[in-house]
Amino acid sequence: MIARWLAASLFFMALIAAWHFAVQARIWSPLLLPSPLSVFDYLRAAAQDGTLWEAMLVTLQRLLIGYGLGILTGIPIGLLTASSRWSQDTIGVLALGLQTLPSVCWVPLALLWFGQTEAAMLFVVVMGTVWSLIIATDSGVRTIPPIYTRAARSMGSTGLHMWTHVIVPASLPFLLSGMKQGWAFAWRSLMAAEIFVTILTGFGLGHLLHYGRELNAMDQVIGVMFVIVFIGLAVDKTLFAPCERFLHRRWGTEHR
Amino acid sequence: MGTPETARTNTASAKLVLEHVSKWFKTSSLNVHALDDVTLRIPEGEFVCLVGPSGCGKSTLLNIIAGLDRTDQGLIQDDGQPIAGPGPHRLVMFQEAALFPWLTVLGNVLFGLKLSNGLNAAERREKAEYFLELVGLKRFMHSNVHELSGGMKQRVALARALAPNPSLLLMDEPFGALDALTREQLYGDIQRIWSQHRKTIVFVTHNVREAVCLGDRVILFSPHPGRIREEFAIPLPRPRDINSVDLARYATEITRVLKGYVQSEVPG
Repeated sequence: MIARWLAASLFFMALIAAWHFAVQARIWSPLLLPSPLSVFDYLRAAAQDGTLWEAMLVTLQRLLIGYGLGILTGIPIGLLTASSRWSQDTIGVLALGLQTLPSVCWVPLALLWFGQTEAAMLFVVVMGTVWSLIIATDSGVRTIPPIYTRAARSMGSTGLHMWTHVIVPASLPFLLSGMKQGWAFAWRSLMAAEIFVTILTGFGLGHLLHYGRELNAMDQVIGVMFVIVFIGLAVDKTLFAPCERFLHRRWGTEHR
Repeated sequence: MGTPETARTNTASAKLVLEHVSKWFKTSSLNVHALDDVTLRIPEGEFVCLVGPSGCGKSTLLNIIAGLDRTDQGLIQDDGQPIAGPGPHRLVMFQEAALFPWLTVLGNVLFGLKLSNGLNAAERREKAEYFLELVGLKRFMHSNVHELSGGMKQRVALARALAPNPSLLLMDEPFGALDALTREQLYGDIQRIWSQHRKTIVFVTHNVREAVCLGDRVILFSPHPGRIREEFAIPLPRPRDINSVDLARYATEITRVLKGYVQSEVPG
């Protein structure tokens, strides 16, 4: 465990060192490639004056609401498409098609429909998340070995009980990887929306990034990128990884 | 021995009655006659083995008795009631591990109990532990399913099927995937449990020795279409040892008869 931590920290320290020396060598203008130190300075200043925390709060709030809405609609619809051929041929095909649409493509539509509002942001996040969740749920349910439902049926499980006690738990590994993918899509969508849509109700990380570019402040651009990566990693390690570990232990699919 | 017996005539007390049961499986290209005019009476507490080569419809018949499948023709009654669907009175033990990997061993045994009757949580727990004890796995009750060996999994499946106190236990080649040694242990277990609890058991297998070892009666099926050919009473004392000479004699005779039907069906 310690060895793994050590290897990881050495790797990232080496990366930062390489970056530092690349800046020192003055290959690129410091305007294009700021030093690690100036990025750190920016982050410290932004943390001290509160802009960073505020932007993180705004972004995370949008993300959680949008992602939550995506899960609340995507999983039930996925269960529905898996339960009948009719809904698979209609909603299933729609989801498959729209899933291939990069979420940033929803931005113009969102702007026209909702204007420069929070609703436009959420709309883009939900559209970026929901289709992949539908498809992951659908394929998860379809790959359940039929013996499980037969065994449950022989014991008298039907209808709602079958869904809540057999089909959903049996497809949990798929649901979780779908939710993980959905989270990544939600992040992407929100950043696209924040970079492209300026609204007055909240100044998020994407906006911070966007204005960094406008002001030619590369330290800000890279600093905010770090924050975005860091949040993504933190959520993965604290939220998804424990769930995955639990499922691996239960199912016996552990791999080292 | 070896002479075909006519069906037992205790019609009045028959637990399970099948009369002229027929079943077809229709697909777009194929129409398989799975069961043809099957008539069978099984009295309360009997251990009946259905034996035959694959494709003889014995598993189909089991599914019909379980209520998982419907007949196309004929009558089927459990305790005088027509079977309309599955239920906790007729539980099935499958060949594959049909245990739920998202539940612990205890959770699996509790699954059927929760669906069956009005026991409270403490009573269900007590029952589940009793049956896990009966199959010798109580100390594994908090284990995950994947941590068990194949034989242990089938023991848990047996406990899960027994716990809701079904009046009829249906076993579909439950030991088919196990190694010989594990299987022999389970023959012992199942005989012991049967003598203690006297469930009516319908046991499907293609293994004639296994059928002779376990059954009061062995019913021979032949394929294309699946039908009952002969039945044999096995009056050997219990507990029976699968390796005993007496048992082997019955098995040899039944196998000989079985081969006759299979060869006459498929020339060359």
